[in-house]
Amino acid sequence: MMEHKRLTLFAGHYGSGKTNIAVNYALYLAREGKKVCIADLDIVNPYFRTKDSAKVLEQAGIDLISPQYANSNVDLPALPAESYRLVRDKSVCGIMDIGGDDRGAYALGRFVPDILAENDYRMVFVANCCRPLTRTPEDALEIMREIEGACGLKFTCIVNNSNLAEETDAEVIIGSMDYINKLCKLSGLPLWLHTAERSVAETLPELNAPVLAMDLQEKYFALPEGGSKLCQR
Amino acid sequence: MAERVLMKGNEAIAEAAIRAGCRHYFGYPITPQTEIAAYMAKKMPKIGGVFLQAESEVASINMVYGAAAAGMRVMTSSSSPGISLKAEGLSYIAGSDVPALVVNVQRGGPGLGGIQPSQSDYFQATKGGGHGDYRMIVLAPASVQEMASLTIKGFNLADKYLMTSMILADGTIGQMMEPISFEDAEIETYEKPWALTGTNCERKHNIVNSLYLQPDELEKKNFERYERYKIVEENEQMWEEYMMEDAEICVVAFGIASRVAKNAVVAARKEGIKAGLIRPITLWPFPKKAMEAAADKVKHFISVELSMGQMIEDVRLYSGCKKPVTLCNRCGGMIPSPDQVLESIRQAQKGAC
Repeated sequence: MMEHKRLTLFAGHYGSGKTNIAVNYALYLAREGKKVCIADLDIVNPYFRTKDSAKVLEQAGIDLISPQYANSNVDLPALPAESYRLVRDKSVCGIMDIGGDDRGAYALGRFVPDILAENDYRMVFVANCCRPLTRTPEDALEIMREIEGACGLKFTCIVNNSNLAEETDAEVIIGSMDYINKLCKLSGLPLWLHTAERSVAETLPELNAPVLAMDLQEKYFALPEGGSKLCQR
Repeated sequence: MAERVLMKGNEAIAEAAIRAGCRHYFGYPITPQTEIAAYMAKKMPKIGGVFLQAESEVASINMVYGAAAAGMRVMTSSSSPGISLKAEGLSYIAGSDVPALVVNVQRGGPGLGGIQPSQSDYFQATKGGGHGDYRMIVLAPASVQEMASLTIKGFNLADKYLMTSMILADGTIGQMMEPISFEDAEIETYEKPWALTGTNCERKHNIVNSLYLQPDELEKKNFERYERYKIVEENEQMWEEYMMEDAEICVVAFGIASRVAKNAVVAARKEGIKAGLIRPITLWPFPKKAMEAAADKVKHFISVELSMGQMIEDVRLYSGCKKPVTLCNRCGGMIPSPDQVLESIRQAQKGAC
């Protein structure tokens, strides 16, 4: 379905869905029989990390490089030296999950000379048109440029991860096409993939790029519907 | 259909504040509320607003005091230890009768505690925290949508009653993402003839101050303030009722605990236990009217909290100690499971039968 590069780097706006895509793409490559290594380079958020999926990654035989303090509740943005393994070991398909916005992308900077020297990478901008700070293609382009400025690496393609969490249906994804096409035009970058939760992916018609069907984590604290009475007195 | 966006709870607060007309944000970073400041930093410069990262929490709350005195819609946000630092300023703002919005996205305590969710600042928010006789309107959102709607409500109420509104959220609701819309927001504006806006030599100058050295004068100020608080208590109690019509076991929970409790109530109903939920949305004023009505109908109350049991004191107080009240809790950043709450409901049912 998708021709892969030796390295795939997922960056984008805070909360755009980078980690979910990185984990699902890693699982996809593993299913395709590839030797996969995924590195968590998020120096911004102490919550919602690649390590949350450690078990499923391990079961798929995927090598996870995670900061020592990930999921320890120690809010310390330190990256492990072994992150270099992913860049240097050319026998693996490497995936980097980079922290949100320009602040998160600073961490990528130190790997960029190696990445450019090898020149077999995809630098992916993850876009969700339903996020308020990337509501217009112009807003998304601004964040794109800020990230490129922070890490010193230009994006090479875009993933359309437009979603409204559990309210996502085919309509939401089809409704994002104008936005994503405009972002591609503005940035001069090709659209690489659309994403959708597996059950939604099955309902999608033929689109202008392949669809990565994703398995998402269980939602906690869901609310039973209806029956509530709001009172003010 | 109203336009839907996908937001983090913290971002929803920031966006709602901007929509409510807030153009002044002063803060200092702390997990798990930093997204509020990050959002303001990104947006305020684009709309002619002020985002300022102060040198400390103490400085930021005093900047809020200053901007509030000038009649601006102003806010600050922090998490538990940071709110403790702001306590002096909260008291000064109350003593000066100016409106402000303060957000506490709670984390585990006491002390530096941890970065996981908690509700253990209930006492601090509803019973004081700062010195002197004062109250704050305390609003407890239980969803990302409510993070937005209660922020707007908080600004409205603060301006209406010339006091601080506090959004008492927790790390879970601050960090979780849900689809929401802003279409229904009712933004009220109030004249502020007391504000320090410059006289242009056309009127007598205004004074905003909390210092009253004559005791009779200070007493009078306090009496007047409490008359206003009484109106708030009479008119602004908000709560949600769920399956309370025939309930025998009444679970009381706010914020994230209420979402767990609601699922437990559904599970209890499946077992044939008549359970219901009262979710206080205003923690001050506490929904006394709901508690009084429930106290005559139900057999047992359960207070579900992410603390060692703080709201339980108000559940007892406002139900007039008419029925037994038990605690179902976790703390330190832990959250009770629906099963734990269900087990408490079963135990209450045994006692009630």
